[in-house]
Order: sequence, then structure tokens, then C-alpha cells
Amino acid sequence: MASAQAAGAPPAPAAPKSRKSVTGTRRTVAVLFLLPALVLLGALVVYPIGYSVIRSFYDQSGDGFAGFDNYQALFTDDGIRTALKNNVIWVVFAPTVATALGLIFAVLTERVSWGTAFKLVVFMPMAISMLAAGIIFRLVYDQDPDKGVANAVWVGVHDTFAQSSAFPKAHPGRESPLQAAPGGGFLTKDPVSAGTPVSLPLVGVAPDKMPDSAAKAGQAKAEPGRVTGTTWQDFTRGKGVGTLGGIDPAELGYAGMRIEAVKDGEVVASTTAADDGTFTLPAAADGARLRLPADNFKEPYNGVDWLGPSLVTPAIIGSYIWMWAGFAMVLIAAGLAGIPRDLLEAARVDGANEWQVFRRITVPLLAPVLAVVTVTLMINVLKVFDLVFIIAPGSSQDDANVLALELYRKGFSEDQPGVASAISVFLLLLVIPVMWFNVRRLRREVRR
Amino acid sequence: MKNGAVMHSTSSKNRTRRAARAAAAVVAGALALSLTACGGDDNDSGKKQDGGGKKPASTVTLPKLDGETLEVAAVWTGAEQANFKKVLAEFEKRTGATVKFVPAQDPIINFLGSKVAGGQPPDVAMLPQPGAIKQAVDKKWAKPLGAEALKELQENYSQGWQDIGKVDGKQYGVYYKAANKSLIWYNAKTFENAGAAEPKTWDELLTTAQTVYDSGVTPFSVGGADGWTLTDWFENIYLSQAGPEKYDQLAKHEIKWTDPSVKDALTALAQVWGKKDYVAGGAKGALQTDFPTSVTQTFTGGDQPKAAMVYEGDFAQVNITQAKADVGTDAKVFPFPTVGDTAPVVSGGDAAVILEDSKAAQALATFLASPDAATIQAKLGGYLSPNKSVDNAAYPNEVQRTMAKALIDAGDDFRFDMSDQAPQAFGGTPGKGEWKALQDFLKNPSDIAGTQQKLEADAAAAYGN
Repeated sequence: MASAQAAGAPPAPAAPKSRKSVTGTRRTVAVLFLLPALVLLGALVVYPIGYSVIRSFYDQSGDGFAGFDNYQALFTDDGIRTALKNNVIWVVFAPTVATALGLIFAVLTERVSWGTAFKLVVFMPMAISMLAAGIIFRLVYDQDPDKGVANAVWVGVHDTFAQSSAFPKAHPGRESPLQAAPGGGFLTKDPVSAGTPVSLPLVGVAPDKMPDSAAKAGQAKAEPGRVTGTTWQDFTRGKGVGTLGGIDPAELGYAGMRIEAVKDGEVVASTTAADDGTFTLPAAADGARLRLPADNFKEPYNGVDWLGPSLVTPAIIGSYIWMWAGFAMVLIAAGLAGIPRDLLEAARVDGANEWQVFRRITVPLLAPVLAVVTVTLMINVLKVFDLVFIIAPGSSQDDANVLALELYRKGFSEDQPGVASAISVFLLLLVIPVMWFNVRRLRREVRR
Repeated sequence: MKNGAVMHSTSSKNRTRRAARAAAAVVAGALALSLTACGGDDNDSGKKQDGGGKKPASTVTLPKLDGETLEVAAVWTGAEQANFKKVLAEFEKRTGATVKFVPAQDPIINFLGSKVAGGQPPDVAMLPQPGAIKQAVDKKWAKPLGAEALKELQENYSQGWQDIGKVDGKQYGVYYKAANKSLIWYNAKTFENAGAAEPKTWDELLTTAQTVYDSGVTPFSVGGADGWTLTDWFENIYLSQAGPEKYDQLAKHEIKWTDPSVKDALTALAQVWGKKDYVAGGAKGALQTDFPTSVTQTFTGGDQPKAAMVYEGDFAQVNITQAKADVGTDAKVFPFPTVGDTAPVVSGGDAAVILEDSKAAQALATFLASPDAATIQAKLGGYLSPNKSVDNAAYPNEVQRTMAKALIDAGDDFRFDMSDQAPQAFGGTPGKGEWKALQDFLKNPSDIAGTQQKLEADAAAAYGN
């Protein structure tokens, strides 16, 4: 009441004393009310920033003044430079892609009856912590197609078009008559001759990888005028090689193995082994050397190296977008609801098609919202740490490095608090312009 | 899972911690056996005073400490903590003192710092590494051992295990618990299918690997995403090949990483890492395999696991148990083969250090240095003692006996993990220093000279010389 009086009415000359006491009380009260906020802000925000700035000018132990050495390290250290480069990639791609996807989702779901359900699903990842999302995506990107869904899909698509071979990892055992052939595959050391059965033993095919049709290896019969032989797995489970280079009872033939007879570098005859591994080549093969060509042994396709050095940053950005596209979508959808319908209708009446309506009306009207979303995401992206820390395996953490992670590594693993402080000050400088932009925009909104 | 691995690998102290947790889980299995044994013992001691062999014979005389109270701090949790409390209970029974277990957090040296600052340090603390003991001495927290504890220690411990508890010639630590990091675990079924035998030497290991490979199973699983598994590989080969003296010199960076001995070790390492199809998933796959996965993928998949052998310390047991494999039947172990003259034993451990000097604290240190204490916990499983007077038969199963025997047989030639002794920037940071250099080496095992140069450059920067 006193304040209303003081603010509203001109001072009553009758009570100068009381007025003085009133203002005095107001100042005290103001200070009293501000104090907790000031103390908290000072202790939790201003002091740490100030101390980080000071600390960044001191050396590792914190005793000696180091000038700008730490800042120099910032731009000369290879690790930090990679981090800087990755941060730029992050800031450019993550917010734009997330916003673009959000926009598309929002516009597409606007007039669908089950739009709310769709939005709910897209927004769901926001409910998961970054750490959990990181763990999930570590699995998604797993190299092993049996575990990582990304590679499972990729390998599935790939194998539809290119079959893998039957005998990966087969190789000659000890004292084998075969040797590695130039350009892959295996070649007999000596020429073969018709009438003498040839043995082509290999080892190393896992029993469950053997073709289902494979039967117990059979001894090839000598046929005059033809080259015959057996190719088989010279390994008995639990017994090892058994008779070296000889067929033991439990050993399986390489059903379907392709065999070529090579003379002077040219294939003169070729055939495929029967289920028991036996094969027959015409007389032309006499005196040739036998080759098991490389396509018998092609390794199964193992998918993409998602978390390898080159793809790790895009892969992690992908997981970030998975989380934040929903956030962008919800904000943009809210903005979309505020657009006057009559403008869209008017455009349609004037004969604009849907793309033109979207391009010329919706997007310009949404521009402020889009800007807010992008900028918010940019601030968010600058400090990204958890996803990178968790998803990148130790071996490619260097390649996936970002400034916040490098800050942590320098400060807590490498005991370089000076450099870490310099990184934090640098990050602050990066965030300030974006913040300023956001605050200014907010103020303009309020004024409106 | 990855998270666990990261935390684990970031701090070397955590590593011992993992050993602890691993051991704790194993205890569960061993418990059933040992409980019966223990029960029998208790009955015995109750009835006949000087019962022949069965009763935990008292080899150490302890003072009467009625009314005294003690606090012991350690990072152990779960079954391991429960087992250690049984040891403390025996101490209470013999002396009449009351002992309280104080659960601590990693890194325990920081935990102790806050306790000391608060004016109430525990009387005894279990410290994980020589470095931590030295820190405690430098900060004037640790108190030297008294005459009785010293006598007990000298009787039961080899010189090497005594020495690593010393700082500036004074004995501070009693290594109560040890870890054995020189083990190769293997999938028993793959060895059986291949007709392979446990190797004793490096050459035999290569033969075994070839046999396993010929049977259609990849021989080795390497957890290359975590750099520390790679440094442990290197350390075992180096310790065996170059010998303990050189190992110590290299750990202190008194010899350079460009030394020919390092070249030899890397050459040996390349015989495994560099051979096509010897490492599960190839180098690329291995570099994305974290340690827990490297173990579980060796013991899952029936006849066709991803690999037949995986190298790591006794704490790998916890991951084997997670893979639902039985330690001792599905999963067996052999000591790391000799590469040079002797088999390497790379180890870790926890030492009891006195922080508040008193008669009771000294008595507890004496007790922990005695075979009596170690035997109680050895019977419970999941625990290895560096105490050479502990009967090997006290361990509950064959795997534990193998690991304990290898540890004791090493005498003074065991060494602490080298990367744990190095500055963190070199030996303990993901994507940096030794970890990164060996990961690059796994990717490209032919580049021995380049790896040496990179190691030396990083070491020089980290050690500052």
C-alpha cells in the first residue's frame, strides 16, 4: 500500500518523515530480495567463469603465469584441432538437419488424423537421457551384423545383390600341396597328370559354415586320360588333422568348390566338386596346375565401419538428430498452429500449388520459430559431450573428438587444467554470440 | 556396458577395482563349496582346542585388545566385502577388539583425503598401488609398520612383495590381496574340437593358435577399443622377453621406447596381431570391441564362438560368468606363456596401510600379513593372496589354484602393471599415448619402427624428459 501510494500519488507534504522511511525500507527490501539470487549467481556462475579465465593463464601446476601459452596450445595441439574441426561439422549439420526434419514432420503431420500419435513417437527419444541414447546407438552401430541393426540392414541389402562364398577362411594346412596363388585363391605347387588322383586338402572352414550338401569326402578313382581328385576339409573335429594330406573317415568334402586347371596362365578346363569333394577334369588338364580360384574364399561382407575413423562423427550426429528432431518438430508445430489459416487459403484460391504455399507462405511465416529452434540447437550442440563420449569406441575417440570432450580429457585424464580452462573460455566465447542473438530476439518478442 | 568399460579404463585405480568386483561375483559360485568347509571348521574349533589339521591353526600371536575399536577402509563391495568381514571377525574373535569396515569410494586416496581433513581417518586403509602408498606417505598420512608386523611380513612374503610396500626404505604396506594379469582364458570346447593343448611357450601358443585356426575358429579375441587390454598384452611379452630389470627401466622411462627390446616385444606381438584372421573381427573389428565384449564373445556361440582365447587378468571371470559360462569347465585358463626365459607375471593388488598408529592397528596389520587371515579369504574364493605361506589347497577350485600358483611361483619376478605406473597422459587416457599407439599398431602391425617412435615421442612428453 505504501508503495502504491509512493508511486502513484505526488508526495504528501504532510508526511516527509514517513516518506523517507518508506524509500529506505524499499531499498533494503530490494537488496534483501536480490541477495540470494546475487549470491547464488556469483558463486555458481560468475566466480567459476572468472576463475576459469584466470586459470587459463596459468601453467599446469597453477603456480606459474603462462601468458597465452595455453591458448597457443589450443590452436597447435592436433587433438584440439580435430575437436575444433568436428565442432564446426556438428554446428553446421546437426541443427540444420534436425530443424529441417522437424519442419517436414510438423508440416506433414499437421492435417493427418493420427498426427498426434506420430508426433508422440518422434518426440519420444527426448524422454531418454543422452547417456541412454548413447548406449543404444553404440549397439545400433555395432560392427557385428548380428548385433548392430545398422549393419544388419546394410549387409542384408548387400547380400541380396552379391552372394558371399561358401568357404571363407579356408586355407592350406601344414605341408600342403597347395600354395597361395597370385591374385588370391590357391594353386597346386606341382603340375597334375592324368590318371593319378590329386588331393587338394584345405583346413579352417568352421563346421557349421560348411554347405549343407557336403558329404563325407570320397577317394577319387584314377581314370585314364582324365584328371581326377578330391578337395576336402583335412580336419577332424577333436582329432586335428588326422592323416596329414589323407582322407580320414569323418572328414567332409568341399561340395561346390570351383576348380580350374591353369596352363601358362590360362584356364584350360574347369569344374565343380561333387558333394563328396571329388572332381573330374578332361584330358586337357593334364600337365596343368590346379587352382582353387579366389571367389571360393570371398569373406562374407561385414558391413560398414560406422564407428571407424571416417564415419564416426556423422554416425554420432545421426543419433543426435534422432533425439532432437522431435524437439524441433514440437516447437515448429506450435508455430504452425499460430499461422493464420486465411493466408494459406487466400494463396490456394489464387491458384498456388501446395509447394508454393509451403515455400512462399508457411516457411517465411515460420522463420522466427525456425531461427529460435536452430539457435537453441546450436547452443546445445556446442556443448555436446555425452553422446561422443559414449558412442565412440576408445580407438576412434580421437577422430570423434569435440571441444567439450577434449576439455574433459585435458582436465581430468591428462592433468592439464590450464589448457582445459583455455578450452572452456574458448567455448564460452563461441556460445556468447549465439546467446546474444537469442536474447535479442526474445526481447523483440516481448516488446511486440 | 561401454560406459562401464570407459570408467574402468579411465582410471587405472578402477582397474584393481574391477578385479575386486570380478572376484566378488565369482565368489557366489565358490561360496556353496566353501561354506560347508567353513562350517566344519567352526564346529571343530569349538570342540577341541588343539584340533589336528582342520582348525585354522594359529600361526600368529596377537595381543589382547578388549575394548579397542578399529576402522578399516577399502573400496570392496558385495561378496568381496562380506568375505573380508569374515577375516575381520576372526581378528575380533582372537583379540577381543571391535573392527568396523568403512566402505570407501574410488579413488580411495581422495576419499582418505576428505577423512583426514575431517580429522577422522580410518585406522587402516587398503591402497591399490605403489603410487597410492607413496602419496599417502608423502602427505604424512601413513605410519610405518611395527616390529611384529614386519616380522610376520618377512616370514610370509617374498622380497618383491615386501619391497613394493616400502617407501624410502621403510615398510608401510602389507599386500593383502593380489591380482594376476598374466592369464589367457580359453573356451574349452574349441580346444577340444581342435585337439589343441595348453601352451607353455610362445611358440607353442602360436602352434595352438594355428591348430585352432585350422579347425575353423578364430584364435584370439582382443578388446582393442579399450587401450589398456593392449598395453597389458605388451607388458606380458615385454616382461618375459626383456626381463624384470628392463621392465622397471622402461616403466620409469630410463630406457627409451626405441630400445631394441621394445622392437622384439612388438615383433612378437605382431605374430599374433598381424596374422590374417588370428584376431576376431580383424583389426577393425577388434578396435571396436570393448573389454567385456571381448570376453563374452569368446564364451558364447556354442561350438562356434567368435574366438577361442582371450587374454586378461583374473577379473575376466566376472564377464565369463555374465556370458553364462562355467569357470573351470566351459572356460579354462593357462598362465601367459614364456616368451623369453621365464613366464611373466604382471599383477596388481591392495595393500593394508596404517593411518592411525596404535597397538590395535599394528596387530591388525600383523594379522593381515599372516597366512591365517589370507587362508580364510582364500577358501571363500574370488581372492588371490601374495602370501607364500598360504597353502595352495586352500583355494576352492582348480582355476583359482592355477592363478595362485602362477603368482607365487613368480617369486620376486612379478611386476606391477607398467601403464599404471606411467603418467596418466601416457598410460591411461583413451585415444592418447600408449593406448593410442598400440591401437594404431593393432591396425598396422607391420609398422614396428613407427610405433616405437610414436611411443617414445608421447612418453617423452608425458614423463617430461
